[in-house]
Amino acid sequence: LAEILFWPVLLFYGEAAVGYLGDARRPGTAGRAATWGVRLGWLVQTALLVVQAAREDGFPWGTWAGSLNLFVWLVVGAYLIWGCRKPYRLLGLAVMPLAAALLVVARAGGGTGIGVRSHYSNLFLVLHVGLVLVAFAGFTLAAALSALYLWQERRLKRREASILRRPAPSLVTLDRLAGRTVAVSVPALTLGIAVGGVRLASEHESVDALVVATLVTWVVWIAYLVLRVRGSTGRHSAYLALAGFALVVVVRLALPAVHFS
Amino acid sequence: MRLVLVGTSHHHAPVELRERVALDREQAARLARELGEAVCLSTCNRTELYLEAEDVDDAERRAVGALAALEPEVEPALYRLRDEAGALHLFRVAAGLDSLVPGEGEILGQVRAAHEAGNPGLLLDRVFRQALHAGRKVRAQTAIGESPASVAAAAAALAEQVFGELSGSRILLLGAGKVGEHAARNLRTRGAEIVLIANSRTGRPKLEEQLAQADVVVSSTSSAEIVLDAATVEGSRRGRQLLFIDLAVPRDLDPAIHELDGCYLYDIDDLEAIVSETLAGRRGEAARAEAIVAGEAAKFHEWQASLDVVPAIASLRARAEEIREAELLKAEALLRRLDDGERRAVESITAQIVNKLLHLPTVRMKQAAVSADGVIYAEAVRHLFGLGEDER
Repeated sequence: LAEILFWPVLLFYGEAAVGYLGDARRPGTAGRAATWGVRLGWLVQTALLVVQAAREDGFPWGTWAGSLNLFVWLVVGAYLIWGCRKPYRLLGLAVMPLAAALLVVARAGGGTGIGVRSHYSNLFLVLHVGLVLVAFAGFTLAAALSALYLWQERRLKRREASILRRPAPSLVTLDRLAGRTVAVSVPALTLGIAVGGVRLASEHESVDALVVATLVTWVVWIAYLVLRVRGSTGRHSAYLALAGFALVVVVRLALPAVHFS
Repeated sequence: MRLVLVGTSHHHAPVELRERVALDREQAARLARELGEAVCLSTCNRTELYLEAEDVDDAERRAVGALAALEPEVEPALYRLRDEAGALHLFRVAAGLDSLVPGEGEILGQVRAAHEAGNPGLLLDRVFRQALHAGRKVRAQTAIGESPASVAAAAAALAEQVFGELSGSRILLLGAGKVGEHAARNLRTRGAEIVLIANSRTGRPKLEEQLAQADVVVSSTSSAEIVLDAATVEGSRRGRQLLFIDLAVPRDLDPAIHELDGCYLYDIDDLEAIVSETLAGRRGEAARAEAIVAGEAAKFHEWQASLDVVPAIASLRARAEEIREAELLKAEALLRRLDDGERRAVESITAQIVNKLLHLPTVRMKQAAVSADGVIYAEAVRHLFGLGEDER
């Protein structure tokens, strides 16, 4: 069943990615169809995760590919909070192709099927993997919002005559939403790291490269919040969010092999 | 029943002529009542009379006479349209396709007001309702009315691109130029408030103090010098986003302001380029809007044509029902032996037979009505079934 459910998810997310591309060229029907693609795809992916959890009788996303599957679901879920609104359809153009591509990678790694049960306890996996993934999903969304901010700011600075023909969310709104998303995500990452740290200490295990990279990521996002509190918002804040996201990408894709081995 | 339209608009008459035939709502309603079943649409860009009548030549003469009575010189500038062409014209008007600025939204409300104040019969009521529907459909399905069509509206829309919702945003108005006031009024209608007014003689310390409280600066002084420089702005920005709208010529605001982080400066040329681009966009959307309006005009044509055959269809059905009831009455002696359930079944079966027999002729007559054959079909049915002979 998990195999059967994967394809409609990919189909809906793919349709959404293409739809948002069409909407960017000519706003209207394509954008509405894309939003429905996101909604339906997310619902089917929810069913896929439920099937995985039921078959596994626990937390089946302990592998890097499995966690990627869960990560995609969290990112799309976070996007859905705003994505259904017309001004944020452009955000879908950044989020949905990424979601579709990561889902394919997750499947290639066996993360969308029924895998081998992890030797870690369910509670540890839910707290550690779950919280870190929630935080990373938030950072991904914040980065997408920041990228949209920089694009919109560039259009205003270049005084593009077409700026009102294709209106985007306002600078102030994008900046505020990115800040709020990070403010929610950083505590989740802090808790996730803390749970992992407690386990490392109790099992007398050594710190690996992923742990170091995750800590660096945490520091960057803490710096993001501190600078915002000190009044450094707007363009600088957006660049820092993109740098933080680059670290999230490194942690998510480049180093899991080290951590999960 | 047929539709007649007589009127003039900005395409045919200059403002000096249009203003002499312009009517307020009360006068328009009175004129419509005088003309019988009529609606008068009078705006600053057009005065049009829509009449419904059997004798279209007479109706047209009366409408021309009514407008010529207001101003004899208007007669050569009048257009005269009938039936589908008249309906199509009204649909285009309601959709904003005949307006000076394509897609302007005010006209839809004016069409609604004219309909309410007028004296429409069945046909005019239908055509005006459909026009309102067409206008709403065009605005819902195209982007023709979404982008601003004036410098003032473009300034307000730009502010929304920076700040989003403008409620709570504060405007500093520099100078009291007409264009600047118009832009500030546009910002106010979107929720912003004018908190400060300064002029070219306001000193730098005072200006810095006022700037520290503002989100949008609209400038339109007649000063020959720069009124606000980048250094003053830098000193009072405090990390906030600021939008500067410079509508003055020569310019009031230092162009270097635009280089500051978080500051966006648009002068009159920038705004005019934006308006020109959005108007081009509106014209692009107009092609889609025309297709929607043409579809509505075709529907109106079908409806109007069906009016020719409706009496014949009604007579045919009445005749068939009459025969059915008469035959059931003849068989009353036999039917009396049946119980209530059986009698109802017989009634139902005979009604179904009549309906099924008449279904196809009804559909075919309606289809023929859309082409030119509707009246011929209707006459043929009347002749074949002897409809209306009893009355003769």
